Amino acid sequence: MTLAPGDVAFDVEFRGITKRFGPLVAVNRVDLQVNKGEFLSLLGPSGCGKTTSLRMIAGFEQPDEGELLIGGTDAVGVPPYRRNVNTVFQSYALFPHMSVIDNVAYGLKQRGTGKAERIRLSGEALELVQLTGRQDHRPSMLSGGQQQRVALARALVMHPQVLLLDEPLGALDLKLRKEMQVELKRIQEQVGITFIYVTHDQEEALSMSDRVAVMSNGVIEQLDEPRVIYDNPRTSFVAEFIGDMNFLSGVVTEKVGGQFIVDAGGGVVIRGHGAASRGSSVRVGIRPERMTALPGSPEQQANSAKATVLSKMYLGDQIQISVSLANGQRIIVREQRASANPVLDVVYSGDEVLVSWDDKAPLLLEQTVPLQSSAEAEQYTPSEEAAVHASTEES
Amino acid sequence: MPRVSRAKAGFSVWAGVVFVFLYLPIAVMALFAFNKPSEAALVGFQGTDWCALPPDKIGNVSVWNGFTTCWFSAGLHDPSYVPAIITSAEIAALAAIIATCLGLCAALALARMKTKIRAPFDVLVYLTLVVPEIVVAVASLIFFVQLRNHVPFFPQLGFWTILIGQVVFNASLAMLVIRARFVGMGDTLEEAAYDLGSGPVSTFRQVTFPRLMPAIVASALLSFTFSFDDYVLPAFTNGTTNTWPIVLYSAVRFGITPAVNALATIMLALTAVAVIAVALVLRRSRSRTTSAPDAVGSSLGGMIGF
Repeated sequence: MTLAPGDVAFDVEFRGITKRFGPLVAVNRVDLQVNKGEFLSLLGPSGCGKTTSLRMIAGFEQPDEGELLIGGTDAVGVPPYRRNVNTVFQSYALFPHMSVIDNVAYGLKQRGTGKAERIRLSGEALELVQLTGRQDHRPSMLSGGQQQRVALARALVMHPQVLLLDEPLGALDLKLRKEMQVELKRIQEQVGITFIYVTHDQEEALSMSDRVAVMSNGVIEQLDEPRVIYDNPRTSFVAEFIGDMNFLSGVVTEKVGGQFIVDAGGGVVIRGHGAASRGSSVRVGIRPERMTALPGSPEQQANSAKATVLSKMYLGDQIQISVSLANGQRIIVREQRASANPVLDVVYSGDEVLVSWDDKAPLLLEQTVPLQSSAEAEQYTPSEEAAVHASTEES
Repeated sequence: MPRVSRAKAGFSVWAGVVFVFLYLPIAVMALFAFNKPSEAALVGFQGTDWCALPPDKIGNVSVWNGFTTCWFSAGLHDPSYVPAIITSAEIAALAAIIATCLGLCAALALARMKTKIRAPFDVLVYLTLVVPEIVVAVASLIFFVQLRNHVPFFPQLGFWTILIGQVVFNASLAMLVIRARFVGMGDTLEEAAYDLGSGPVSTFRQVTFPRLMPAIVASALLSFTFSFDDYVLPAFTNGTTNTWPIVLYSAVRFGITPAVNALATIMLALTAVAVIAVALVLRRSRSRTTSAPDAVGSSLGGMIGF
C-alpha cells in the first residue's frame, strides 16, 4: 500500500517497544497498529502492561526501546503537553478547585482559544456526554457517573487524534457501568475519534471494541475482533482469561485430513478440527456452553463422556453443572435453561450423566512433540520441529 | 436509648471540662487586665492614674481589687513594650513569608526525589526540628559572631540574625506541612493538566499551587506564631534588639504589671477578629461554589485550636 505524504494508515503504531521498571519488563517488544477511528481495547490482568502501554502513548512514560508513532510521526521524547492525545483517567482527575465548565474548558484555554469560543465548545461537549445544567458546580458535588462524564467531555472537547481511556468505568457500580458502556460506544461512533481503552473487564472489552488486544506479562497474546478472541483463542492464556474454559489434556492418536482425535484417558476421546501431529501431547479447550449433559449413561463414543455430577447451580437463565469425568478431570457444563433437557432439574450430585459436545467445540491450544527417549531425541531434527510449527500455524 | 444518651452527655461534660481547662487561664488573664492595684498600695497615693505606680509598689494584683482600664493606656504608652511587639511582629511576618517560600520549594523538590538522594536532606530537615533549641541557639550565636569576623557585610547581631534563626526552623516546619499535602495530592491532577496541553509552568500556576494553598496558608500561620513567641533563639542572637518575649522575660524580674495582661488581651482580640474574618470569608466563598467541606476551612479550624 502506498501512502500520500501526511496520510498514514495508523493513528498509533508500536514498533518493538520495550519498557522496563528496574528489573521488571512491563512491556516486552510489543508491536501494535491502531487503525484510524477504531475502538481498540487493551485487555489483561493487572500487571500485564496495558496501562504502561497507554501511558507511553499519552507521554507519561517513555519507551526504553523501539519506536512509537502517533499519526505517523515519531513521538518518543515528546512531552504529554505537545501530543494530540487526551486521556480519561481512572480516577477522573478532575480539578477540584474549578467548576465543571472550567474543567472542560481547561485544555482549550491552554491552547489559547478565546473565552466565548471556549464556553461554547465546552457546552457542546457537555451536551455530547449528556451532562447539562451543572456547569457551575464543583466536581465534588457530582456523582461518580457525572464526574465520569465531565472527564470524558474534558478530553473530547480537545478533538484529539486518539482518546485514551484508562479503566474509566472501574469505579462505577454495575448498572451505571453497563449504561456508560453503551454511552461510550455511541459517543465514539458519533465523534469518530480513535479510542484506546484499557480494562481488565473482558465483558467490557468484548462488548464495546472493534478489536481487542489481550495482554499478559508485557506481550500481546492475541489481537483480534471480539468474536474471534472468544471463539478462537490462540493461546491457553487467552482461552482461560476470556470467558470460562474446560481444559483437557491428552495425546493425539489419530490425524485424518484436518481432524484429530485425542485420547484424554479414562475413555474420554475428543475429536476436533485442527492440525495436530500424531503422538504429540495437546491441551484442548472446550467452552462450558458448548457442552450438554444428559441423564443416564448411553454407550460411549468420541466427544461424549461419562461423568459424575459434583454440584449443580442455577444462574438465573442458565444451569451450571460441575462434573467429574472418568479420567478424574473436573469440568463445567452450562446450558440455557430454555433449551436444556428438563430432566437436568432432577439430577443431583452423585448421579451419572453423559456429557457431550460437537466436533467444532474443541479448541486445540498447546501442542508439544514428545521426546520419549534420548535415542529419539537424537533423531529429532530442527526441520521436523519447523514442520510441526508450520502445520500449527496453518490452522 | 438512655444508655447512649447518658454516654453522650458524659462525653459532652468531659469536652466542656477540657475546654474550660484550656481557655480559663486566658479568660483569667484578660479579666486581670482590668484589675486595680491593691487598696494597701493606694494608701497615700495622690495622683489620678493608679497605673502610674511603679511595678514593685502596686501590691498584690493576683487577687481582684476592683475595676480599671488604665493598664491599657499604661501598656500602650510603655517605652519598651509596643516597639518590642512591633519588632516581633515584623520578624514573625518576614520569617513566615521567607520560610514558607523556602519550605514550598524544598517540599516540591524533595517529594519527587529518589529516596536515596532524599534521605540526607530529610535528616537535615528533621535535625533542625528535633535538636534542642538551646543547642541551635548557642551554635547560631557562635556562628553569627564568627561569620561577621570573616565576612564584613554580614549583619551584626540583631533583627537580621534573629530573622535568619527563625527562617531556618520554620522553613523545615513549612516543608513538612506542605510536603504532606503535596504527597497526599498524588500526581494525577498534574498529569491531567499536562495531558490537556498545559506546560510545567502553567500547570504549577493553575493546578499545583491552588491545590497547595491550604497547606501554604497553614504553614505561614504556624511560622508566624512560632517565631512571634520564640524566646530562646532570639535571646542568644538579638544583640541590642528586643523582641516582645525578651522584654516580657526581663520584665518578670521587676514584677509584671497588669499592663502586660492588657497588651496580651489586645493581641488576643486582634487575633480573634482576624481568624473570624478569614473564616467568614472562606465560608462565604465555599458556600458559593461547593457544599463539600474544604481543606482550607479545616486547617484553619486547626489553627484556631492551635
